[in-house]
Amino acid sequence: MKVSEKWLREWVNLDGKTSEEIEHQLIMSGTELDGVDPVASAFTYVVIGKIKSVEQHPDADRLTVCQVDVGADELIQIVTNASVVQDQKVPVAMIGANLPDEQGKPFKIKKSKLRGVLSQGMFCGADTLGLSGSVAEKSGEGLLIIPDDAPLGADLRDIYDMSDVVLDLDSTPNRADLLSVSGIARELGVIMQTAVTQWPIEEAEVSHDRLFPVKICCDDLCQRYAGRIIQNVNTQAQTPDWMVDKLASSGIRSLGPVVDVTNFVMLELGQPMHGFDFDKLEGGIEVRRAIEGEKLALLDGKEVTLRADTMVIADESKALALAGIMGGEKSAVGDLTTNIYLESAFFTPNKIMGKARTYGLHTDSSHRFERGVSPDLQVTALERATNLIVSICGGSAGPITDVIANASLQNKSTIEFKRYKIKRHLGVEVDDARVVDILQRLECKLEDGEDGWKVTPPIFRFDLATPEDLVEEIARIFGYENIPAVLRPMQPLIALPSEEQVRESILQNILVERGYQEAITYSFVPSEVESLLAPEQEQIKLSNPISEELSIMRSTLWSGLIPALDKNVKRQQSRVRLFESGLTFVKSDAGLPEQRKKMAGVITGALYTEQWNETSRDVDFYDIKGDVEALLAEASAQTFTFQKADHNSLHPGQSASILCEGKEVGVFGALHPSLEKKLNLDQTVFVFELDLDLISKKKLPVNSALSPYPSVRRDLALMIKQEVSYAQIDKVLKNSKIDALVENFVFDVYEGENVESGQKSIALGLIFQDFSRTLEEQEISTYIEKIVSALKQQIGAVLR
Amino acid sequence: MDQLTELVQQAEKELTAATSLTTLDDVRVHYLGKKGLVTAQLKQLGQLPAEERKGAGQEINKAKKEIAAKLDARKLSLEAEALNARLQNESLDITLPGRKMQAGNLHPVTRTAKRIEEIFMQLGFNVETGPEIEDDYHNFTALNIPDHHPSRASHDTFYFDDDTLLRTHTSPVQIRTMENKQPPLRIIAPGRVYRCDSDVTHSPMFHQVEGLMVDKDVTFADLKGILDAFFKAFFEDDNFKTRFRPHYFPFTEPSAETDIQCVLCSGKGCKVCGNTGWIEVMGCGMVNPEVFRHVGIDPDVYSGFAFGFGIDRLAMLRYGIDDLRKLFDNDVRFLKQFA
Repeated sequence: MKVSEKWLREWVNLDGKTSEEIEHQLIMSGTELDGVDPVASAFTYVVIGKIKSVEQHPDADRLTVCQVDVGADELIQIVTNASVVQDQKVPVAMIGANLPDEQGKPFKIKKSKLRGVLSQGMFCGADTLGLSGSVAEKSGEGLLIIPDDAPLGADLRDIYDMSDVVLDLDSTPNRADLLSVSGIARELGVIMQTAVTQWPIEEAEVSHDRLFPVKICCDDLCQRYAGRIIQNVNTQAQTPDWMVDKLASSGIRSLGPVVDVTNFVMLELGQPMHGFDFDKLEGGIEVRRAIEGEKLALLDGKEVTLRADTMVIADESKALALAGIMGGEKSAVGDLTTNIYLESAFFTPNKIMGKARTYGLHTDSSHRFERGVSPDLQVTALERATNLIVSICGGSAGPITDVIANASLQNKSTIEFKRYKIKRHLGVEVDDARVVDILQRLECKLEDGEDGWKVTPPIFRFDLATPEDLVEEIARIFGYENIPAVLRPMQPLIALPSEEQVRESILQNILVERGYQEAITYSFVPSEVESLLAPEQEQIKLSNPISEELSIMRSTLWSGLIPALDKNVKRQQSRVRLFESGLTFVKSDAGLPEQRKKMAGVITGALYTEQWNETSRDVDFYDIKGDVEALLAEASAQTFTFQKADHNSLHPGQSASILCEGKEVGVFGALHPSLEKKLNLDQTVFVFELDLDLISKKKLPVNSALSPYPSVRRDLALMIKQEVSYAQIDKVLKNSKIDALVENFVFDVYEGENVESGQKSIALGLIFQDFSRTLEEQEISTYIEKIVSALKQQIGAVLR
Repeated sequence: MDQLTELVQQAEKELTAATSLTTLDDVRVHYLGKKGLVTAQLKQLGQLPAEERKGAGQEINKAKKEIAAKLDARKLSLEAEALNARLQNESLDITLPGRKMQAGNLHPVTRTAKRIEEIFMQLGFNVETGPEIEDDYHNFTALNIPDHHPSRASHDTFYFDDDTLLRTHTSPVQIRTMENKQPPLRIIAPGRVYRCDSDVTHSPMFHQVEGLMVDKDVTFADLKGILDAFFKAFFEDDNFKTRFRPHYFPFTEPSAETDIQCVLCSGKGCKVCGNTGWIEVMGCGMVNPEVFRHVGIDPDVYSGFAFGFGIDRLAMLRYGIDDLRKLFDNDVRFLKQFA
């Protein structure tokens, strides 16, 4: 809420306290300060002048040349485009004056020539001076209006008081009591330990006895409704300047005396009120739930169709207003209104919460009712508003009808507040005397209780119901800065991950070492990208996305990574290697979607950055496989096998799925060429994605003996059908059951010249070793024969 | 014996003339080899009268030793020359760059998150995680934020349906941890969070760290102590200032917002901190007993604190990143700066 500092000073004794102190104290007690705005800019040297003569500028139709008396010996000459008349009193920015420019920075007024004619100053309007309030509203776009009795040459700041500042306070949603001047004043009284001014509110004189019946039909929603008729008011009367100024300081424009008064009382006391044109009402007030589909034209000119969960203020035939939110157009006070019905009610906060928003509304009134208006304020506010209306618009007030639907409303339950709770939560002792002082200033009622106090919070504090609430109040007023920062010795809680657990950070490091940049892409992606990369997945769509581009939860990390890679390629980065780890989302039959942690990578371009001593080449299938194998090697307790992948988005001949115990734990390979085209990629892209929960088991290393006997290597060059895979060869070797064959590897694969078409040549290295003795040449030859024959029989391999 | 002297002199000449180890070996063979000149002299000893043999033999052996010594010396010198020549020959331009497999690096947000994790782990906190698609209960209700509560409005929640949403903070991990584990608890939960808001200073996805400590006698003073220690460690400044202002969160009481001294102007006041010298970085407070009741922890026995702050924001402050959106653009030229 925006509030004038001057207005606050009327309500609480802040003598000798600077604005800065007040602001600091508010901030440090939990009210944020969004800004401090002076009611006028920091202009200087603007004086009162009187126009002595007005002449047309010789060379410019829209300019006039004025001779102005600024109380000096000589007249000054000012060229202006403002409309002015002789003898008008005007504010004059003299040569040397500082005025704010459009950005609020000062600029200096200098002697100048306008179309060849000397000008020794400038006339000012409210805008030029950065003014708000009643003078500004009255002056409108024209020059600032100067009172007739203002002496010539006097500084404008001596004519109008412009020293006030507006504090833009942002109180927390639990503090409904800070949404009024009186409430903020009360808070300042507590935090600055100073006296709050008591303004007695007198009962208005009742001069007629007309009553209007009030019926509350929904006592769960509306617990109190008070109202009265005020007859014969002059709604054309002028709202006094002091009120316009105060409304303006809180950002509310003057809209006629009745509305101004209800707004003023809302700002002053915190009670939102409403004035109806009484002559538009029939029978009596009914506070009821709306009839589903009922229509109501609101004050903002819009018509709403009501739902049955909404409360309305109605008369016997129609809905008049959205209760606690906004009045209706038809029953509004207008120029022709002579009799008004003034309403002041209490609506149950948690019942009215969120209702305004469902109609796309948020008003000063709904803001307060949702957070909680004090339930003892209705009649007081009604009396205050009546007095103000009668004093401004005349008229006569009738008796108040005050219906209280819930008798327990005024009772606030007592909190058993034990002294030890303060130390227990804050870690610091607070003297009993200080505790009592704080709570009493907060208007709590205290009685002695067991090991503490029985505390009855004031009725306007909806947020005080538990001992912890009171602890918070004490902490707040005592000052968080007065609570020490203690780093106490703590029991160690060791939770080092198991050595048999694969750690994500190590996998990340492996990829980083292998040249990958870590990316972080949005978890929501465009629908088209998901459709291309995971056509078989049912998409999980946000119901309120920022845009279509960010609307579908990714089912694969590729949905973010591939576009990120492409963006980089299009930014002249031809070699890109990205990885990401994070959750992917897939619909599940029940409960929340399945959210699996994955790690994925995408690579394109050269294997190495270009360098002088290494000829580079573009990455291929075996590069990404190498990266994947490096990651899988971390999961040393698991055995992985590779199978040709059947994956929509991958090249059928250059992709593999990774299996562990028959379960797919990941895939990798080249993107499908047709997909590359659809995604408008410029380069061949290789990708992988692993399910981190399925690649998690690491072997605890166990030392085993090394053979002291020499190993022997034999190489085999095999000629074999092209379609026979290495895995098949490997299987034959594994099945050969030769214990002495301790290792085998491929050191060459060749197709082409000297090799028959449809065939390939594979060179194998075989290592033999025994733990108990040196192997004899003859034994090794026997093994080799056995292996060669098995290879021939099982997969048709022949020695070259 | 002039002949021998001559032989030695001759050999010395040839040794000096030999410029390679091969020719040097030829010289050795020529004099000292089986058929060498010195060997031939020895062979002829037998023809001498017995009384001369001994003396002659000594003379020949002396000559032989002399030649052998000269040979060795020459060999050493030739070897040294050869090594020098080789070294000369093999010398490289050591200023040319080495072969490289260019390493990548972690994202600045991950880098920051790891640093945060490390600091808290030294303070005895363990890392927990939770789902990002959450239910209303864990994101709001269990945290004492009922339906239509005004504080929900500020959450700008992404929804899938009435009950399913993208978590707006990492606080649900608090709830899930307390549902499954008993105090004492000291955890942090870093992760992605989502808010339906996008402009220069807001990203619809960003990162938070949640912290929770629950034990029998945890107080607000401990909360201040832990966070104060954390920021001092994070910014590597023992005099780093933090301040705590009262605030309101439904899930903590008392609640606070934490400001840190502006890292750009060291608290003097600048554009970044709006001339206040302070930058707001986190919300925190003592766990509200209502929250404990939701998860079945007895608030009369246990107390605790919780905090939550943005990782992205700390990364930006630490590394001088001026635009939040750069973090999620994944431009490798940007990313490479954080190696």
